[in-house]
Amino acid sequence: MRKSLFEKVWDAHAVRTLANGQTQLLVGTHLIHEVTSPQAFGMLRDLGLKVAMPHRTFATVDHIVPTDQFAEPYRDPLAQAMMEELRKNCASTGITFFDRASGKQGIVHIVGPEQGITQPGTTIACGDSHTSTHGAFGAIAFGIGTTQIRDVLATQTMALGKLKVRRIEVSGKLLPGVYAKDVILHIIRTLGVNGGTGFAYEYAGDLFDRFTMEERMTVCNMSIEGGARAGYVNPDETTFAYLKGRPYSPQAAQWDAAVANWKSFASDPGCHYDDVVKIAAADIAPTVTWGINPGQAIAINESIPDASKTNVVDEKASIEEALAYMKLTPGAAIKGTKIHVAFLGSCTNGRLSDFQEVARFLKGRKVAAGVKAIAVPGSQIVALQCIAQGIDKVFSESGFEWREAGCSMCLAMNPDKLIGDQLCASSSNRNFKGRQGSPTGRTILMSPLMVAAAAVTGSIADAREVFAVN
Amino acid sequence: MALEKITSTTGPAVYVPGNDIDTDRIIPARFMKCIVFDGLGEFLFYDVRKNADGTDRSHPLNEARFKRATILLSGANFGCGSSREHAPQAIQKYGFKAVIAENFAEIFLGNCTTLGLPCATASREDIAKIAAVVAQEPATDVVIDVVKQEVRFAGQTVKVEVRASARDALIHGRWDPIGELLDGLPAVQTTAAKLPYLAA
Repeated sequence: MRKSLFEKVWDAHAVRTLANGQTQLLVGTHLIHEVTSPQAFGMLRDLGLKVAMPHRTFATVDHIVPTDQFAEPYRDPLAQAMMEELRKNCASTGITFFDRASGKQGIVHIVGPEQGITQPGTTIACGDSHTSTHGAFGAIAFGIGTTQIRDVLATQTMALGKLKVRRIEVSGKLLPGVYAKDVILHIIRTLGVNGGTGFAYEYAGDLFDRFTMEERMTVCNMSIEGGARAGYVNPDETTFAYLKGRPYSPQAAQWDAAVANWKSFASDPGCHYDDVVKIAAADIAPTVTWGINPGQAIAINESIPDASKTNVVDEKASIEEALAYMKLTPGAAIKGTKIHVAFLGSCTNGRLSDFQEVARFLKGRKVAAGVKAIAVPGSQIVALQCIAQGIDKVFSESGFEWREAGCSMCLAMNPDKLIGDQLCASSSNRNFKGRQGSPTGRTILMSPLMVAAAAVTGSIADAREVFAVN
Repeated sequence: MALEKITSTTGPAVYVPGNDIDTDRIIPARFMKCIVFDGLGEFLFYDVRKNADGTDRSHPLNEARFKRATILLSGANFGCGSSREHAPQAIQKYGFKAVIAENFAEIFLGNCTTLGLPCATASREDIAKIAAVVAQEPATDVVIDVVKQEVRFAGQTVKVEVRASARDALIHGRWDPIGELLDGLPAVQTTAAKLPYLAA
């Protein structure tokens, strides 16, 4: 029987069926961080249980680390306590911890791939909803809650119901100035923020075939914003080339066998999908959000929606609620909206290629007066690569603050926060109310180059015009 | 581990209207700087319940007549966004024993079930019916019957749905799967041995 990658990986990791019909699923790789794991270790201690596979568990610290301070103790004693708790939990259980002193610390979804821990045909779990990022490698990766972290720590398995699979095929070429971020914002806008509930998304088509691993990661990262618990791209030569030679990748003697095994997990041509959606790449424009969820997005040249133009009750209410929060004018152009903060980073867009692409255009330009702009590499390794290529200098000379690796202003569990109702042009993944640390702070999601365009003009702008992209 | 068999839950309800209520709204990230879940209840919906100076904003949970509510009613796609279990923990620690919504985000639903917090989906019309009764008479006992998949209130009955696997786990007292997962450990080793990346 022809099977999709999802089914193959699922079947290979299914241990047994539980009494309630769910599957006891083996989690090959467990990634943990400081925010959602301490309570799980506490539960483990309360139950007198041990970590089942410490060698398949990897930790790093990302959400709470200050990006402007390396030395401990941190100014925030709660952040310091979380840091120490993770350090203690890893040391006492034999879990590898990519601590800040290791030079390998970073956002968990950036560290896994760059260490070669994330591999095709595997199952990955992490107490963070953006775990779907790892699907870019043809892994099935789930965001889980803390009690499930306990389950995975104690048994290396979790109880889960099987998902349906929706294939999303994007064909053709992207227009200049349109990026992977625009592709996923367009997909979420098209299918809705809960359109993916119950599904894993298989991203396919010639656009994804040509995409780099970093572009694939950007798209898979935001699967959850469309309601899909997992998203993946079938592994191919691009995947194998990325993994070759990384610290945790199979070494030379095992390489060929590993690649053959990885290839066997790719979806069989003609396999069954529960749903198929086709999108033309040429229809995708630089996309920005205008509301309070990632599905509330428009192309940069479209107008902000007007609640009076729709008769759908739900839509009316959600537009009104969003625009009241965002303080935007119905029917107006989004272009030209004044911004106060520009944030470049996060597990969505904090990788080397994101900074490289922006630096190409930012060189010689200045951040507009009155705009606070921060550039936050997603990992210490990304930071080092940027420094080696002089990218950090391009950013700091333009007026961006160049920071240490971490989640930073994506969710503001660290000192990087919006103040009052500041509006932020952000390369991150969520524009929920209060997401960036101020209960009235406003977020507009966009691609990294669009963040740079907003930073240099001081308002939401079309990067294609600002930087003469063609 | 003997767990409570959750076949039904009864209590007053409160309606928090809105679709796509995300877990950042349920519990803002800054309250997750903790290493235990205790005390999260007081921060439930904090930023929509409180002004910057700590005074109350207009919100159903701030109304005295709804203080005793143990059943939370809401709209579509409830609990979307972050996987933080802090969200269902805050809901439970605030005193809620069940949630009724049009539908739930996937990770949130799983997290709730593992805590023994039933999530029942109902049609918009039926949620409006319950909400209307509760608004008139906040003390009304609302019964969520997990076995029969119905909600009874003020002499009315409406159909709800509890996902089959969750329903089974709740009514048979196996909503926390740890015992069963531990029982499967020998089989886990067998499965792992067949996978090259784990056998190595």
